[in-house]
Amino acid sequence: MASNEAEIIHRGEFSNREHEILSISDRVKDISLKTGVAALLVLTMAFIALPVIALFLKSPLDKTLGSLYDPMVLDALRLSLMTSTLTTIVVVIMGTPIAYVSARFNYFGKELADSLIDLPVIMPPAVAGIALLVAFGRMGIVGHYLNAFGISIAFTTLAVIMAQVFVSSPFYIRQARTSFEDVDLAFENAARTLGASRVYTFFYVILPIAMNGLISGAIMAFARSLGEFGATIMFAGNFQGRTQTMPLAIYTAMQGDLDVSLCLAIILVAISFMVIFVVKKLTRRMYKNVRN
Amino acid sequence: MLEINVKKRLRDFDLQVKLDVERDKTLMLVGDNGCGKTTLLNLLAGLDNPDEGRIALDGRALYDSEYGINVPPESRGIGYVFQSYALFPHMSIYDNVAFGLRTRRMPADEIKDLVREHLEAAGLWDIRKAKAALVSGGQKQRTALARALIIEPRLLLLDEPLSALDVRKQAAMRKELRETIRACGVPCIIVTHDLRDVACIGDQACLLERGKLSLHGGTEEILCWGTDMDARGEKEPIQI
Repeated sequence: MASNEAEIIHRGEFSNREHEILSISDRVKDISLKTGVAALLVLTMAFIALPVIALFLKSPLDKTLGSLYDPMVLDALRLSLMTSTLTTIVVVIMGTPIAYVSARFNYFGKELADSLIDLPVIMPPAVAGIALLVAFGRMGIVGHYLNAFGISIAFTTLAVIMAQVFVSSPFYIRQARTSFEDVDLAFENAARTLGASRVYTFFYVILPIAMNGLISGAIMAFARSLGEFGATIMFAGNFQGRTQTMPLAIYTAMQGDLDVSLCLAIILVAISFMVIFVVKKLTRRMYKNVRN
Repeated sequence: MLEINVKKRLRDFDLQVKLDVERDKTLMLVGDNGCGKTTLLNLLAGLDNPDEGRIALDGRALYDSEYGINVPPESRGIGYVFQSYALFPHMSIYDNVAFGLRTRRMPADEIKDLVREHLEAAGLWDIRKAKAALVSGGQKQRTALARALIIEPRLLLLDEPLSALDVRKQAAMRKELRETIRACGVPCIIVTHDLRDVACIGDQACLLERGKLSLHGGTEEILCWGTDMDARGEKEPIQI
């Protein structure tokens, strides 16, 4: 009897010890997992932040501010802002109806059309540039006919805008499509029963509800246009004041004056930060509206 | 008078409805989820098209497959209160109610007077500037009803108008709803799950089962329906 009790106590102690060992090993596993994830996070953040910090550390403020008056910087800044703004306007005018139709209706070949719209996101910019060149260049399949009428697109400011529209339009259309999909069909139906035509409903009900998403998409397209390099250099060339946008100017200045290059880079980083800030703010507001 | 004789193929069954609703009468449409109640309202409002049949209001065809008539929703003059109320979230209560008048390009002064009259009648004048997304369930319901009534509809459709409200509010709103509907004097169809709505608001009632009208009669007969359906072996026919 006594030996049985002793055996039960012994077994109990053994299981308690086993439990303790198990819980220690669980805790060790948990801690090592958390440490591993934290280390990975720090490493990733450092990898992204370090080059940006280096950019600011390597460019003395006085020299950077001085470079702002360099004609190359001013020309590139003016051209980049002008072309990116025009590109965004074209993309919004062209992309809004496409995004709405894609969000609301099914039609023959919709899958193909949607894939075609998304294609420039995956296509390398240099490929986009050469594709635009063989389509609209002097000897291109369309450019050949335009040339007969004395119209030349390649290596002009128009070519810069075309290259930017080509690469940035999916950023707007995809975001706009999602925003239109999020607008409850009941709003549209309610407006129709209250006497609104399809066009009136679109401008007074659907567009205002989807507006935050559309603005955030337009900002993304603007930012993508501002950073466009590959397609522009292939299709529009690199001529100061005409086709040399900021990324192209950074590349050109690198071969001579690094300060000019750094000054342009810092301006682009500042714009990127502003874009992220505005898009985040608008997206948060958009989700709040959808939830309401 | 509203005359309905429509047929539409739905995913699992055919919706086939033949029924008349007289002026000043309120028809309560009862049935299980997915039996075609909301689809029928959408067909009447022109938001969906029947495969064949005819819908006529006061003798004028809104839809007639034989003669190829299909009046678009914006020209049907039907007041529709959606289950979710579908108040435009970016507009104030005032702008929501004024929406139907603005689409008709009514002079601004007339809009002002009419909206004020309707908002005061619904007890919403004090919160007219509030965003529609931010008001209570009862206020949303009243706004949706005022928005549908201000266009002086020739037919009123309400899709489960009380289902989004809590039980205590439902009782008060039921009475209010009945009085408002009676006052506007047009045929009205109300979709509901709740037999208390049928007893309190309706003049006649229909039971829709898998797209077909299986029972049709006065609201006083409603209490017998539960027994009828129990006899047919249905577990939970209608929520009471």
